[in-house]
Amino acid sequence: MEFAELIKTPRADNVALHRPFYPAVEGTLCLTGHHLIFSSRRQDNAEELWLLHSNIDSIEKRFVGSLGTIIIKCKDLRIIQLDIPGMEECLNIASSIEALSTLDSVTLMYPFFYRPMFEIVEDGWRSFLPDQEFELLSSATDEWRLSCINKEFSVCPSYPPVVIVPKSIDDEALRKVAMFRHGSRFPVLSYYHKKNGMVMMRSSQPLTGTNGRRCKEDEKLVNATLRPGKRGYIIDTRSLNVAQQARAKGGGFEQEAHYPQWRRIHKCIERFNILQESLIKLVEACNDQSHNMDRWLSKLEASNWLTHIKEILTAACLAAQCIDREGASVLVHGTEGTDSTLQVTSLAQIILDPRCRTIRGFESLVVREWLQAGHPFQQRCAQSAYSNSKQKWEAPVFLLFLDCVWQILRQFPCSFEFNEQFLIMLFEHAYASQFGTFLGNNESERSKLKLPQKTMSLWSWVNRSEELCKFQNPLFEANSLVIWPSVAPQSLQLWEGIFLRWNRPSKFLDEAQEEMISIIKYNKELQAKVNALRRQLAEMETDDRMQENL
Amino acid sequence: VENVRLLDRLSSRKATLGTLYLTATHVIFVENGSEARKETWVLHSQISSIEKQATTATGCPLLIRCKNFQVIQLVIPQERDCHDIYISLIRLARPVKYEELYCFSFNPKLDKEEREQGWKLVDLTEEYNRMGVPNNSWQISDVNRDYGVCDSYPTEVYVPRSATAHIIVGSSKFRSRRRFPALSYYCKDNNASICRSSQPLSGFSARCLEDEQMLQAIRKANPGSDFLYVVDTRPKLNAMANRAAGKGYENEDNYSNIKFQFIGIENIHVMRNSLQKMLEVCELKSPSMSDFLWGLENSGWLKHIKAIMDAGIFIAKAVAEEGVSVLVHCSDGWDRTAQVCSVASLLLDPYYRTMKGFMVLIEKDWVSFGHKFNHRYGNLDGDPKEISPVIDQFIECVWQLMEQFPCAFEFNERFLIHIQHHIYSCQFGNFLCNSQKERRELKIQERTYSLWAHLWKNRADYLNPLYRPDHSQTRGTLWPQMAPCNFLYKFWSGMYNRFEKGLHPRQSVTDYLMAVKEETQQLEEELEVLRERLANLQKSQLNDYKVKSKQQDRSKQLGLSTSDNSLANTPQEYSNDLKSFPSRSPSQGDEEDSALILTQDNLKSSDPDLSATSDQESGVEDLSCRSPSCLPSEDSGKDSDEAVFLAV
Repeated sequence: MEFAELIKTPRADNVALHRPFYPAVEGTLCLTGHHLIFSSRRQDNAEELWLLHSNIDSIEKRFVGSLGTIIIKCKDLRIIQLDIPGMEECLNIASSIEALSTLDSVTLMYPFFYRPMFEIVEDGWRSFLPDQEFELLSSATDEWRLSCINKEFSVCPSYPPVVIVPKSIDDEALRKVAMFRHGSRFPVLSYYHKKNGMVMMRSSQPLTGTNGRRCKEDEKLVNATLRPGKRGYIIDTRSLNVAQQARAKGGGFEQEAHYPQWRRIHKCIERFNILQESLIKLVEACNDQSHNMDRWLSKLEASNWLTHIKEILTAACLAAQCIDREGASVLVHGTEGTDSTLQVTSLAQIILDPRCRTIRGFESLVVREWLQAGHPFQQRCAQSAYSNSKQKWEAPVFLLFLDCVWQILRQFPCSFEFNEQFLIMLFEHAYASQFGTFLGNNESERSKLKLPQKTMSLWSWVNRSEELCKFQNPLFEANSLVIWPSVAPQSLQLWEGIFLRWNRPSKFLDEAQEEMISIIKYNKELQAKVNALRRQLAEMETDDRMQENL
Repeated sequence: VENVRLLDRLSSRKATLGTLYLTATHVIFVENGSEARKETWVLHSQISSIEKQATTATGCPLLIRCKNFQVIQLVIPQERDCHDIYISLIRLARPVKYEELYCFSFNPKLDKEEREQGWKLVDLTEEYNRMGVPNNSWQISDVNRDYGVCDSYPTEVYVPRSATAHIIVGSSKFRSRRRFPALSYYCKDNNASICRSSQPLSGFSARCLEDEQMLQAIRKANPGSDFLYVVDTRPKLNAMANRAAGKGYENEDNYSNIKFQFIGIENIHVMRNSLQKMLEVCELKSPSMSDFLWGLENSGWLKHIKAIMDAGIFIAKAVAEEGVSVLVHCSDGWDRTAQVCSVASLLLDPYYRTMKGFMVLIEKDWVSFGHKFNHRYGNLDGDPKEISPVIDQFIECVWQLMEQFPCAFEFNERFLIHIQHHIYSCQFGNFLCNSQKERRELKIQERTYSLWAHLWKNRADYLNPLYRPDHSQTRGTLWPQMAPCNFLYKFWSGMYNRFEKGLHPRQSVTDYLMAVKEETQQLEEELEVLRERLANLQKSQLNDYKVKSKQQDRSKQLGLSTSDNSLANTPQEYSNDLKSFPSRSPSQGDEEDSALILTQDNLKSSDPDLSATSDQESGVEDLSCRSPSCLPSEDSGKDSDEAVFLAV
């Protein structure tokens, strides 16, 4: 298919661009296969806006006489308005945008056409391989092994080709366990806590059904992670009620009788459309222009967004607490084990493991616990807060995770190597990107699409010093401790950097950030100077002594 | 009383055993055991309510709520002891005479001269001079010299030159409590001013020629504008109801060239109830997000804060953008009027955003103009209906502005919190009584100390590290975002959940930056010393030895003079000096080394060694390092951050 077929009017002049907090700008609008480009012709300060079609969540058109107006709502939550003279031009442009922003085929997406304009220092597709992760683990324990059972994705389509499992369990047993777990997602290692050797595993629900089916190999597998005489915790991310209902559909939960060494705790993390609706309501409230304080608070409350944040963080803290404080191993699962499970396991690691609070460590976490673990990014992030189509696959699961990370970052502003911008960047790229990293729903799909060969990795771009410096937190001081965030309502806040990003002026806050950076930069410069002088003095002094001794 | 248990509000499982002492001024709880015996001090004047709850198997619970939002839950083993304490505290928390208050016994060990200096720190005459008055159109009036006209006003009042004593006295008779229009803020750049008064006694039709002349005089003192705004900060309905009592508001027809405006800030009773409701929300045990947000909304607190801010913004706009003078009043002109005038001044004039300027602002708009501190904050036992968090709201407005303009204020959040604390503590004499007249009669300045001097002495603790006098946010008028700005007003947990450290960010950006800045200063000094020493060394080497070419190059790079110097040190002396930097061996003095200064001295929390011994898992830095004599009730214990997520 040629994109040109979809573009009936590739260019329109005298278009006015309206954005909140900026004066309207007049300029030229161009449509290409993947971008909407607006460039102003003002001599003094020529401005260009490039918008990926895949970033467009919904468009609305209005007409007043022959002047058409297109309102574009983006997945990154920004809203822009274009006034286009000429009804036909406007209609053409609107329909082109609509078609181009809802292309069905993944291979038509921009990452397959994007050619990087930067030098590739490191291929991001090879930056975080499971072997490296396993090597790190092996230095601490030899109780685990790397299993290639899922080579060719034959056992579990949503798992990566290699997974880490207890050494004592062979591949044959794993196959049997896979049959007993939803989507074949058998329990695998998610995190090893070096401090006390406790582990966190994740899986999907067991297929116990109504008649209480059991699987000896499954019991053996999870028990293999326990120290003699020790108990473990199973954190089911669903409420007991939901978990019980799941039995009717063949799912279920671990029965005490069959898993006597495990204590099960139910948490209540919402899924799919409930989360999607929450996001839609929240963004609606944030865009509400009314001046009424009460309405704002009740809308914020009604969106339930912060309630979800609180639930997810609480579950993650609980998992971390079991591991670090109770000295127990933990198994986390919900239904499929691809959404709330990953929120909990990845957040628990941020709490427990200082490495996950570094830039590289966090990237590795996203790769391990989200991309390789089979979070269906393409389904979940297909639409954002302005979508009209209510498909049941969409849900801001990853955004909620990022929001939770931001909440922890806000409470521990000196313990993270990255800043808020880094999280915002990940949010943007998860929804629309020139890079292939977040395409596909799992490793199997990514391999079929040949993404590593055909597209550029986000990490190749981010991990260059030019980009990295934008994402570094100037306040960072390595903190090797476990960080326990507060989950009280007073401690949780709306993430303004995402939700109010386009409807508040950020000048004063940006200035504060700059001031912070310059304070710290000046301090570092002074340190360097003082050290240089000290060295110099020391050298001269030894020279002196030598001279004297002569 | 021994074997008292202090309960942790957040987790009932945690309680500490200790001894409770009652002194003439404080309730003191001392924890048993452990080397560092944690002490909790609470001033009697901070106690807002004491509640005795039903006796349980473990003892008799006593709940003490404080005006600085601390809530203390004690369990006392013996019912009789509990009752005795309860009775004593009720009496002690409600003194009937000013002399019983802490400030009359508080002695920070300063001599007489230091105390007098302390009271001179904030000088209002100086402040009006700074604003540019007296001048051609404004003068000091001595009409209230002996509080003869208005007993709640100061003796020195600034009024338009054209307002004669006859006009002032006439106008005062037409105003509630005789609080006639007087100058609060004068804008040098455009002659616009903010004046304040109480409501006119207009009833349904009364008028007063002198009052009309007074307003005209104010308008004419600003030749740049042909009208005057009269801002009534009350809701219209309240103002109209006042007419029936012979009070009310200005009739635009009777006054020439005024524009009349209602703002709609609720009265002290509504505000008191609103705070009460919000505090109930804060006190909830493990509330859900919905409980909290719903309760916060239901309290209306943030709505009221926004109303005050909006009023301040309206006035600041009138003065700075339109160049129009404004007369502000409410009913008596000592609550809402004080709030609104001081918010407007803060927006207009960067001076009030400095530490000193903020003290001046409170002294000017609140203390001198007779804000009834004693009644509003219940220092002496009095009518509970008079109590209302009026200045608390102003302090919160400042905090909300600080959140929006992080570089604009010289002081930090702690400064605000400590001022709030001392408004209730009665440890310093500044906020005693209801008026200047009463304070002079009590000889406050001779018998007590000034808070401002105390804060000024410790000003290093209150600095905002992001503040720079030359920063664009620091200069000129602040324009907060007006539309759509609801979400800009946030719940201030640093104040209302101040004593629940577990709820706050575990690392403070402010403290971190303050530490960095302190270190920067040390580095600057050290750099200077090192440079000097280097120069001396190089000189001496030039004099005494053949200097290696390498070092010569260096001295050129540094642009140091190599000329003969009589002060050249000998190498021996130099190496002796080096010993003053003991921990840093120069040969290893690389960057890693100096980075440690910060880590060890200021950020204990990042020290990995702590993990083995301390409960402070999260690397919480204890911020309450004020000296106990100044802020005794500051809970100086460390948070043990026990995670309590296991609520099954």
